[in-house]
Amino acid sequence: MDFNLSERSERFRGEVREFLAEHVTDDLRDRVRETGTIHDWGLHRAMAEKGWIAAAWPEEYGGQGRDDFEMAAFYEEAVIAEAPLDGLLITMIIANTLRHVGTEEQKRELIPQMIGGDAICALGYSEPGSGSDVASVRTRAVRDGDEWVIDGEKVFTTLAHESQYVFLLTRTDTEVAKHKGLTMFLVPMDTPGIETRPIHTLGGERTNSTFYSGVRVDDRWRIGEVNGGWDVMGVALTFERTETGGTESARVLHEFVEWAREATDDQDRPRIEDPSLRETVARIAIRNEVARLMALKATWVAAAGGLPGVEGSMARLFYATRFQESCSEILDQMGPRGALQHGAEGAPVHGRLERAFRHSAVTTIYGGTSEIQRTIIARRGLELPSGR
Amino acid sequence: MDLRPSEQQRAVCDGVSDFLDKEVTPERVRDAEPMGFDAGVWRGLADMGVPTLGVSEELGGMGAGLLDLALVAEAIGAHLTPAPILETQVSLRAVERVDAGLAGQMRAGVEDSSLSSSLALRPARQGVFELVPGGAVSTYVVGLDGEELVCIEADPPGATGLLSNFGDAPLAHRQSDGGSRTVLARGQEARGQFDAALDEWRVLTAAALVGLGSRAVDLGVEYARSREQFGVPIGSFQVVAHRLADVATEIEGAQLLVHEAAWAVDEGRADAAELACMAYLFACESGQHAAAESLHFHGGYGFTLEYDIQLFHRRAKAWSLALDGRTGEFQNLADRLLAGSLAPSGGN
Repeated sequence: MDFNLSERSERFRGEVREFLAEHVTDDLRDRVRETGTIHDWGLHRAMAEKGWIAAAWPEEYGGQGRDDFEMAAFYEEAVIAEAPLDGLLITMIIANTLRHVGTEEQKRELIPQMIGGDAICALGYSEPGSGSDVASVRTRAVRDGDEWVIDGEKVFTTLAHESQYVFLLTRTDTEVAKHKGLTMFLVPMDTPGIETRPIHTLGGERTNSTFYSGVRVDDRWRIGEVNGGWDVMGVALTFERTETGGTESARVLHEFVEWAREATDDQDRPRIEDPSLRETVARIAIRNEVARLMALKATWVAAAGGLPGVEGSMARLFYATRFQESCSEILDQMGPRGALQHGAEGAPVHGRLERAFRHSAVTTIYGGTSEIQRTIIARRGLELPSGR
Repeated sequence: MDLRPSEQQRAVCDGVSDFLDKEVTPERVRDAEPMGFDAGVWRGLADMGVPTLGVSEELGGMGAGLLDLALVAEAIGAHLTPAPILETQVSLRAVERVDAGLAGQMRAGVEDSSLSSSLALRPARQGVFELVPGGAVSTYVVGLDGEELVCIEADPPGATGLLSNFGDAPLAHRQSDGGSRTVLARGQEARGQFDAALDEWRVLTAAALVGLGSRAVDLGVEYARSREQFGVPIGSFQVVAHRLADVATEIEGAQLLVHEAAWAVDEGRADAAELACMAYLFACESGQHAAAESLHFHGGYGFTLEYDIQLFHRRAKAWSLALDGRTGEFQNLADRLLAGSLAPSGGN
C-alpha cells in the first residue's frame, strides 16, 4: 500500500494553485458572494486558454490527458481558492455526455464552444413535482415535423441566466412506463419562449426557475434517441462531480482555528486554550481526513478503470453529513458572534463560517440526496433486498 | 498511490484468517470467558509466528512493519481472538528499539515457552501499573515507571489477579518494581520510546476495532436479509437498510484511516502521531456504532446471550475504554494538530 500522491498530480496541483492565486482575487470572491452566481466569465476564459476546461480529455479531443489524480488535485485546489467553477463543472457533464452519445455533427458544433470557454450549460432535470423521482418529469416535447415544441417548467436550473444552453429532460410519450417516455434536448437559451426567474437560496447561491412555453427546437438539438432520455441521463450522471473530499471542510476548519488563535472569551482567556473548542477541532479534523481518504479511494478505483459506485456514494454520504455537523459545531463554539454576517462589526472571519453553515444544508441534497446514496450502498454494497 | 495490500501481506493475512476461521469460533470465544485467554489459540498463533511477526529477522521474527501487523490485527479483531496478540507485538517491538538482546530472549520465550507480553498504557503509580491489557496472563510487562522505561518479568497473576470486566479481557494490575526489572531507557528517551509504543498500540487496537466492526456489520446484514417481519425481510425496510449503510460507510472510512496511519508510522512521516490518534478515536467510535446498530437490528434476540452480536457489542465498548477517557485522547489529538497550521494542503 502507498498513500503517496504521484509527483505528476502534485506538480499539476502546484500549477493550478499558482494560476488560481493570480486569477481568483478578493474582488472576484466578493462578486460571487454578492451575486450568488458561482461562475465568472473572465476566470472561465482564462481556464479555457490554459486548456483546463476539459483537462482530463485526450489531447486529440482538445484536452491535456490529465489523469484522475491530477483532476482530483485540480478540483481540490479550486475549492481551497474558492474558485467559482459551477459553470465549468456543469458544462463538462454535458460535454462528456455529448462525447459519448452525441452525433458527429453535434460534437463538431458544440464541443469546441464548450471546451473553448465560449458556452456554458445548465441542467434541466428537476421540476416542481420531480426531485429524486426524476423520471416523473412532466415538461412535454411534442414532435411537429422536423421540430419539437416544448412546454413546461424546471426548477434548480442553476446558471440558466448565464448559460448558452440548457440540457433539458422532457416527456415525449405518456403512454409507456415513466422512464421509457423521456427524451433529452440541448436547447439554446436564446430560443423564443424561455423565461428565467431567479431562486435565491439559504446559502446565498442563486439558482433559477425556467419556464418553457411553445419553445420550438429543430430535431438536431435532440441528444440520443427519441424516448431514450433515461439512458442519456444515466450517462450524464456518471460525469456528475460534486465535492466529496472534505476539502471545503478542511478550509472551514483552518479558518475556524485561525479565528480561535486570535479570539478571547469574556474573561480574556484565549479561546484556543478551551478544551471544548480543542475537542471540536480534533473531531472535525478526523472527519476531514476520513472524507479525504474516501474520495481518494473512489478516485483510485476510477483510475484503475472501475466504476466507483458504492465507494462514491459512501464518500458523498460521509462528507456531506459530517460537513453539516462540523459547520454547526463551529458556530456553537462562537456563541452569539457565530451568527454575525459579513459586514457586521466583530463578525468572525468576515462571516465566512456562518455562510459555510448555511451552505452546508444543500450538501446532503444536491447531486443525489443522502437517502439516495444510502440506498445505493445498501442495495449494491450490502446486497440488502429492495423495499420501500 | 495504491490501496491494495501486497501479495505477501495477503498471503500472511489469509494464513492467519484460515487458522482463526477454524479455531476461533464464537463457541471458543465464549469458552475463554471470563479470562479472555485460550492457551490453545495462543500456542497455535505463536507456532505461526504471529505474536513475533513484528520482531526483526535478525532476532528470529519476520520483520513485519506496522501496516502488515494492522492487516493481521483486523482478522484478530474480527474473530474476537482471546489472546494478547497486539499487546505482545507492540511491547516486543518497543523493547527491540532499545534492547535487542532482551527482545531476542522475549521472542524465544513467546515461541518456545508460550509466554506473552503486554504494554502498560499508563505510567506506574506508587509501584503499580494499573489495568494492564493482557496483564493477567503476560509474563512480561513493558511500561513507564517514573523516569524509566522498564520491562518487568514476573509470573502472571492469572485468575486470582483478573479484574473482571464486561469485555472479558485479561485485565490486571501489575507491580512495576517486582520480579526481574530491566531498565530500557531513561528521561526523555524513555518518554519518547513509550509514546512511540503507545502510538503503535493505538493503530493496532484501531485495526482490531475495524475488524470487529466489519464483522458486526456482516452479522447485522445477514440477519436483516433472513429475518422476516410483516411478511418481508427486515433489511428491505429503508430505516434498517439506511442505518446499516451508515455503519458500513463508517467502518470503510475507519479502515482507510487505520491503513494510512500504519503506513505513515512505517514511513516515519511527520504526521504519523496525529494519524495514529485519529485512527484510534475514529475506530472506537465506528466500531461501537456498528456493533450497537447491528445488535439493535437483531431485536430481542440481540439482547440474549445466545446470539453472537452481544460478544461484539461488549468488546467494542471495552476496547474503546482502554485509554484514560476518550476525551483525553481528543485533547491529545488537538495538541498534536494545533502544533501545526492545519492549513488545507489538499495533497500530502
